[in-house]
Amino acid sequence: MEYTILILALPVLSFLILGLAGMYMKHRVAGLIGTLSLTGVTFLSYLTAYEYFTAPRTAEGVFETLMPWNFQWLPFNTSLHIDMGILLDPISVMMLVVISTVSLMVHIYSFGYMKGEVGFQRYYAFLSLFSFSMLGLVLATNIFQMYVFWELVGVSSYLLIGFYYTKPEAIAASKKAFIVTRFADLGFLIGILIYGFYMGTFTFTPEQEQLMKCGMLLPLALGLMFIGGAGKSAMFPLHIWLPDAMEGPTPVSALIHAATMVVAGVYLVARMFPLFIGYAPETLHLVAYVGAFTAFYAASVACAQSDIKRVLAFSTISQIGFMMVALGVCTTADPHEGGLGYMAGMFHLFTHAMFKALLFLGAGCIIHAVHSNEMSTMGGLRKYMPITHITFLIACLAIAGIPPFSGFFSKDEILTACFQFSPVMGWIMTIIAGMTAFYMFRLYYGIFWGTENKELHKHHTPHESPLSMTFPLMVLAAITIVCGWILPFGHFISANGHAYDIHLNTQVAVTSIVVALIAIALATWMYARDKQPVADMLAKRFATLHRAAYKRFYMDEIWLFVTHKIIFRCISTPLAWFDRHVIDQFMNFMAWSTNASGEAAQPIQNGKIQSYTMWFLGGIIVLSIILLLN
Amino acid sequence: MDISAIFSTMQAEISLAVILIIMLLADLILKQPNHKALQGLACGLLVVQIALNIVPVTGEAFGGMFVNTSMSSIVKTVLTAGTLLVFMQADSWINREDSRHKAGEFYVLTLSTLLGMYYMVSAGSFLLFYVGLELASIPLACLVAFDKYRRQSAEAGTKFILNAMFSSALMLYGLSLIYGTCGTMYFADMTAMLTGTPLQILAMVLFFAGLGFKLSLVPFHMWTPDTYQGAPTSITAYLSVISKGAAAFALMSILVKAFGPMIENWSLLIAIVTVVTITLANIMAILQHDLKRFMAYSSISQAGYIMLAVLGADGQGMASLVYYVIVYIVANLAVFGVITTVEQHNNGRVDREAYNGFYKTNPHLSFIMTLALFSLGGIPPFAGFFSKFFVFASAFHAGHWLVVFLALVNTIISLYYYLLIVKAMYITPNDNPLPTFRSSGMTRACLVICLLGIVLLGICSNVFNTLSNVALL
Repeated sequence: MEYTILILALPVLSFLILGLAGMYMKHRVAGLIGTLSLTGVTFLSYLTAYEYFTAPRTAEGVFETLMPWNFQWLPFNTSLHIDMGILLDPISVMMLVVISTVSLMVHIYSFGYMKGEVGFQRYYAFLSLFSFSMLGLVLATNIFQMYVFWELVGVSSYLLIGFYYTKPEAIAASKKAFIVTRFADLGFLIGILIYGFYMGTFTFTPEQEQLMKCGMLLPLALGLMFIGGAGKSAMFPLHIWLPDAMEGPTPVSALIHAATMVVAGVYLVARMFPLFIGYAPETLHLVAYVGAFTAFYAASVACAQSDIKRVLAFSTISQIGFMMVALGVCTTADPHEGGLGYMAGMFHLFTHAMFKALLFLGAGCIIHAVHSNEMSTMGGLRKYMPITHITFLIACLAIAGIPPFSGFFSKDEILTACFQFSPVMGWIMTIIAGMTAFYMFRLYYGIFWGTENKELHKHHTPHESPLSMTFPLMVLAAITIVCGWILPFGHFISANGHAYDIHLNTQVAVTSIVVALIAIALATWMYARDKQPVADMLAKRFATLHRAAYKRFYMDEIWLFVTHKIIFRCISTPLAWFDRHVIDQFMNFMAWSTNASGEAAQPIQNGKIQSYTMWFLGGIIVLSIILLLN
Repeated sequence: MDISAIFSTMQAEISLAVILIIMLLADLILKQPNHKALQGLACGLLVVQIALNIVPVTGEAFGGMFVNTSMSSIVKTVLTAGTLLVFMQADSWINREDSRHKAGEFYVLTLSTLLGMYYMVSAGSFLLFYVGLELASIPLACLVAFDKYRRQSAEAGTKFILNAMFSSALMLYGLSLIYGTCGTMYFADMTAMLTGTPLQILAMVLFFAGLGFKLSLVPFHMWTPDTYQGAPTSITAYLSVISKGAAAFALMSILVKAFGPMIENWSLLIAIVTVVTITLANIMAILQHDLKRFMAYSSISQAGYIMLAVLGADGQGMASLVYYVIVYIVANLAVFGVITTVEQHNNGRVDREAYNGFYKTNPHLSFIMTLALFSLGGIPPFAGFFSKFFVFASAFHAGHWLVVFLALVNTIISLYYYLLIVKAMYITPNDNPLPTFRSSGMTRACLVICLLGIVLLGICSNVFNTLSNVALL
């Protein structure tokens, strides 16, 4: 399967072409180049997936792990070397399909959404760069290659969030995203270094004796790596960058900040899963607790936001929390049932990527129509935008966990895994799932039903988007409807690699459906009508709570306090003083003395050949004497 | 030993000699003006030479007088490629009205020095080595004085030849002492006889001084700034990279091969000379305004860094030396390519002030110059960073951590003066910068090759890995 190298080569090629020559191109040409290269990538990804999953399994009944390309880049010694290559195994192939599908949809969608924008070519160049980095990340053959692409993904995310670089909020958001994730990546890097130093290898599958050498430090290394993953995947308390990242163009939010990049942390945990489960189960459960808290926190914040993209951002954080929980509740107790969460987490990653991209792209259509993110400018849009309305509703039903939409199946597996881990975890996650249904339908009714902002809409009638934008919506909606029950996901991916038949746990399924229906009914009762007395009354009654949730429980303020008041004032200021007065002065002295000695040495070079030979001979004599005396 | 074995072992030397003769005849036969044809012919023949000798040859000839190893084969190919680049960028100078009638001499003289270097790097005895050294030095003096009606060029030639004579005489003295104490001139037989007697130490220092002159190590460097400044720029480029590369390789292989038992002595010698060379060259370089003089000091300090690899004294050190030379060739030739192009469009001015605001009018040349200077300064991710890293690593492994530390401190100084030029090009305002001009096709091709080398040699790890595999054979 050597052709997989093209999956990386095509986007990097189109990035180079668009980046270097984009400004001389027409918008349409630039967009076509980007989209065509992504079409090629998508085709190749599907071909890879088809060939990979139809190939016969090995004798142990698992899919073979392939490395069609592996090139030793930096060797340190025989076992420790940094490689660059392509790794094909069930999860990387699954990620290929997810990334290329969503990315292609976003490329097509952006034709309509970004039409006429200044820097259209630059936008497509960055999209190509992002696709390249993300594909490289999932195909990485070792942890260091993953890190390299991990940072590249961070850079392209930074570039795209700050795409509207004349807007101060966008610049601030891009910086925030970059700094926060970079800060978390420090943990990742230290984890990698510990891993490499004690284990003597960067591969994902170290030998037994290498593992023995690492011993007690392995859980630490994995935990540090998880910090990096938590930063990228916006886990509490490192989630603060994601809501602000919504300043970027909406298709970018759909691609990077909903479907692909933000699940890199989940992918990382899944990638290291055999090590987690075998040698650091406590760390793995820590992942579950962090995920669960994040899911709860984000869900409660999402209930109070008024900016539709922010609601979706918090719902993304909450859903990634679900995936983390799914991975984290895995145990070795029963190899088959204990590993259910792994399959469930990956399944949810897959379905979530599709319906969340759909939600964001739908939100993009709405923003395109009313030119605002605020829910107050919307309401009653269902009659103006039928396609957006229906597809958005499908996605809402999917995320709420209503059968037969895809989200129901994956979420049900997660809940089953949670109940197996502990009933408390199961109930907590069920309640959060109910909250999800509630806030999603609050959003849905707020946009498409509820109080219509008639004055605004009379002034500027909202309209359905062009086909280039609605087509991706319909494709993603179709996937969302069918992929839950048509795809035998467990056959492809499971904790131990064996085929696993997904079977619904009736008790869990019924409970979760009932909870979701109650939440939807509640949302309908509160928000579907023109007047919303109940909601207003609740907001007034619990004003403090509502305000706190609206302000995201003041997490940004807490971070600002910690950085500005504590770190800057107590650590940075004295250090800056020391730097300016001691280190700089020392450096100035060094520079001055270097210059002065240069001045002093100039006369030696007097241009006279006699003196040159004197130096020559003198040098020989002095050196000989030194050597002879030694 | 039959003649065909000699032919195959000395294949590179023989083919280069043939090229030399072809160039000589072509200069006689082709009607004036023949400069364009000669340049094409010379470049084409060198490409053929590289292609013929790209596969390393090993073997001995003339009873161990001539020894070819894979590494020396590679070094010869590298030197040839560097010479080719010099020929390409000499374009705008040699084809000028006042020098085109003697273009043939330029190629013939340069190729004879190259032939001398071939013998230097694969000598198995001091006799052949000395012959090679002289063949590499004497035509160089003619080249330095090539613009003989220009006072500076003539002065530079005189200084060079006088100093070369002086150092050769001392070196011959040292070689005679070696013959006196060892009874042999062959490297392979010497090692058994070397015991580190005072006489042998003196001989070794004298030999070292002879190559130290070619490498321009302090205190044998005094001729360098004057000669570099006065010589035609393309010759300066040749002197600073090709001649140095050959000398560095010859020095290391002879020290390791012939003076192996005296490693204690010569590593101390090199440690002292390295530190003094780098430091003195750097503090002198920061005050230079003439770019060619500045590049002279820069090349002295680069030679000091190359010496760090010699301190490694093993296969890894050898690999890092050759790698350093390769990287240094592309970066330095890029700088000289820009300097020579600018010089031709600027009435021969080469001072730094002429480059103020250069970026505005000639962004591409400034860009190449900047990357080349970054590489010389050792800024990642350019090749210069990796080459510095490897020589530091090999000296460190040999236990010379103090030398490595001092060399590291010196890189900061060197960064300062390399960045001064970058600052002049990009930041210093100038109401009247150099006009926009277009360099000749050959020069542009040369600069592009150098640029690719600067960027790719570091990232493609195969280059160094191949070298270290060859060195460990």
